[in-house]
Amino acid sequence: MVKDKMRALAFTAALLFASSANAAGGGAELEPSNIDPGNVNSLQRGARNFMNYCAGCHSAQYVRYNTIGNDLELSEEQLIDNLMFNAEKTFETINASMRPADAERWFGTVPPDVSLIARARGTDYIYNFLKSFHVDPESPTGVDNTVLPGTSMPHVLAELQGYQTAVYETHEDSHGDTVTEFSHFEPLTVGSLDAEDYDDFVRDTTNFLAYIGEPIRSERRKLGVWVLMFLGFFLIISRMLKKQIWKDVK
Amino acid sequence: MARVEAEVGKPQGGLLKWIDDRFPLTKTLKYHVTEYYASKNFNVWYVFGVLAFVVLFIQLFTGLFLTMNYKPSAAEAFASVEYIMRDVEWGWLIRYVHSTGASFFFIVVYLHMFRAMLYGSYKKPRELIWLIGMLIFFVLMAEAFAGYLLPWGQMSYWGAQVIISLFGAIPGIGDALVEFIRGDYSISDITLNRFFALHVIALPLALIGLVFVHIVALHEVGSNNPDGIEIKENKGPDGVPVDGVAFHPYHTSKDLVAIVIFLMIFSAVVFFAPEMGGYFLEHANFEPANLRATPEHIAPVWYFTPFYAILRAVPDKLWGAILMALAVLLPMFLPWLDKSRVRSIRYRGWMYKTALTVFVVSFLTLGWLGVQPAEGIYVRAAQVFTALYFLFFLLMPYYTTIDKTKPVPDRVVAHG
Amino acid sequence: MTDDEQDRIDRNRRHFLTVATAVTGLAGVGLAAIPFLSSLKPSARAQALGAPVEVPIGALQEGEMVRVLWRGKLVYILKRSDAMVAGLADNVANLEDPDSEVVEQQPDYAANPMRSIRPDFLVVEGSCTHLGCAPLEDFEVRPSEEWNGGFFCPCHGSKFDLAGRVWQGVPAPTNLRVPPHRFVRDDLILIGQDTGAA
Repeated sequence: MVKDKMRALAFTAALLFASSANAAGGGAELEPSNIDPGNVNSLQRGARNFMNYCAGCHSAQYVRYNTIGNDLELSEEQLIDNLMFNAEKTFETINASMRPADAERWFGTVPPDVSLIARARGTDYIYNFLKSFHVDPESPTGVDNTVLPGTSMPHVLAELQGYQTAVYETHEDSHGDTVTEFSHFEPLTVGSLDAEDYDDFVRDTTNFLAYIGEPIRSERRKLGVWVLMFLGFFLIISRMLKKQIWKDVK
Repeated sequence: MARVEAEVGKPQGGLLKWIDDRFPLTKTLKYHVTEYYASKNFNVWYVFGVLAFVVLFIQLFTGLFLTMNYKPSAAEAFASVEYIMRDVEWGWLIRYVHSTGASFFFIVVYLHMFRAMLYGSYKKPRELIWLIGMLIFFVLMAEAFAGYLLPWGQMSYWGAQVIISLFGAIPGIGDALVEFIRGDYSISDITLNRFFALHVIALPLALIGLVFVHIVALHEVGSNNPDGIEIKENKGPDGVPVDGVAFHPYHTSKDLVAIVIFLMIFSAVVFFAPEMGGYFLEHANFEPANLRATPEHIAPVWYFTPFYAILRAVPDKLWGAILMALAVLLPMFLPWLDKSRVRSIRYRGWMYKTALTVFVVSFLTLGWLGVQPAEGIYVRAAQVFTALYFLFFLLMPYYTTIDKTKPVPDRVVAHG
Repeated sequence: MTDDEQDRIDRNRRHFLTVATAVTGLAGVGLAAIPFLSSLKPSARAQALGAPVEVPIGALQEGEMVRVLWRGKLVYILKRSDAMVAGLADNVANLEDPDSEVVEQQPDYAANPMRSIRPDFLVVEGSCTHLGCAPLEDFEVRPSEEWNGGFFCPCHGSKFDLAGRVWQGVPAPTNLRVPPHRFVRDDLILIGQDTGAA
């Protein structure tokens, strides 16, 4: 009987996790973003970064300012003074200041809404994307990106990071073909932040984007603990009842 | 008639009798619950039927509440799902329970089907229960597929594109059929709207009806057990099978424990990993449907991947579709493919045990291959396991005939 | 211990566990019902759309009324002349609740004979307290018909005076409701909010 149960468990586990490799991966190796979703200060800084550098072009149309205010422990005044440049009311959602038609004309495409970008692409992707702009004279924006080659997005954070150039290496692969692969970046100009501070800046921003992807996340996890505790208690009682009832079955 | 009339206005025996005179309430409860006897040696495999019922209820209930805020139009669907996730109080929980429930429905149903294969539950006289069950499985697949289009994300759109295109493989009428299913020249607002109608009305009604007859058929012949013997053939002086215990309170109290454990696993996913690493909620589905760009990796939701891998294993559109359809349909014939004299795996020989193991490994591996890129070694492997999958069924009449079985005891063995 | 004793202990234990399991299960169902019921409340978007409404009133003439929507509800803003305000006192004998004693029908600051913050501006919901039709304005004073100016409901004939107070002997049970409101400036009313910053 125990053997049967073990088999059942093994089979369930296999079904659940058999194909549990991450489907999103692939492409270039990404440096881990190492965000800390529980760090409110990081989220506050990320919110400030986002409103100052991103929200001009990118909307977050599903996210309300007052939700951010509540979750990030900001007073209504702090919210209005530090984060709200376009909107008038705290219950409004985050809309880009740029009109979509202008965006189409200037960049050839409308910058995507970023409410869910972290859930769709993953935080590592965003973290690396924001660090991987490099000078490319042939691009209309003057830069390209190793994470998303051919992006229409200009290097908005150049004043902070400075400009860098991508260094490629050629070598022979196992089939003897010559391949050109991205190797590393070399700084061209100096920005106002050093490399470490820039990483933190991008990490905070990524953290904020992850937060707006699912603002309820931390509450969901807290509630989950209570639900499991309740069910655990229920399990104990119902098991005792079952044993009592089955006592007379020979 | 006269007797009933005489009693009108002065109920005797209380409300219950009043009802029983007009509706078989007590009779039905006795027949299906308090005096329905099932074997006392049910093991853990026997909880998945009840759990499937629980998930069905969860899906119907959460689905009802989602419908109150969801908008079935191409322009509004994606935003309305985010509206539910953010603006509707507790909407996130209702949506996660529903999306998690979809995956758990398949986990539970696959395990329930596997139980039947372990203990020969499909064999005479339970062939019809098995056939109705297979119908439930087909409707469930359609229900899940229709539901997956509704969030109108990238995966919704392109997944539906791929699967609907399959019908285009049918010679002659294929293209016309595809257009008929979509109701448009491409998947559009019209397709979304009709899938919504199917998902919330037609298919759930069919599911409820089929589940009802599944249970009626089961209670007519009685439940199988891990020993695969008929407990009805060994009755005590009171007419009750000596190896049987009443569904209530024995199996109900046992099932309750199973339900609570199930709810704990379910809640753990809902509250701590609702995306389940991108398998229950796919990453690309957090981007609205974009008709101009297919996502880089396109794979159906995990519960379809074994069949999807079979489709891709065949380098021909028509034959791929045919083999996939066969793979889904073949289990229907199990009651007649299985020639063994015994039901339960406990008394079967090494051949069936080996074959079943190979089948499980093939099915799981095909599931894994279904999410891998369709290239090189993966396609080769898919072809090998597709062959094994089919051989399990096609050779069954042969190996179950010659397989050496052990003697089956008269009474069920052990319990707990 | 005899079998009988053991039997009794088992029965008691079983009874206790059955009740405990049932109570816990019902508690679980009750707790699980909370999210579903709460989801039916106005959502964050509904609340955003139901935010207070600002109405400029500088251009309003005496005897003139504007209709605005707040939370999808019709609100009347009437600028009353001195004569209209003076006439209110004459109605008292004919009214159901002249002193605004039904507290749900107005905020405290409108529980006065004028049913308003400022005598010259009446702010009431344009929803008859009988069955919710929008009363029509009929501000003409016709003492002969016992009509001293006010609102008249076309559906079932309820009558209200120029302070939204209901007449006796009509289907409507209470006065017209005064929504929360305040004057942001002399010429600007905010409907839907009476405290806090603008």
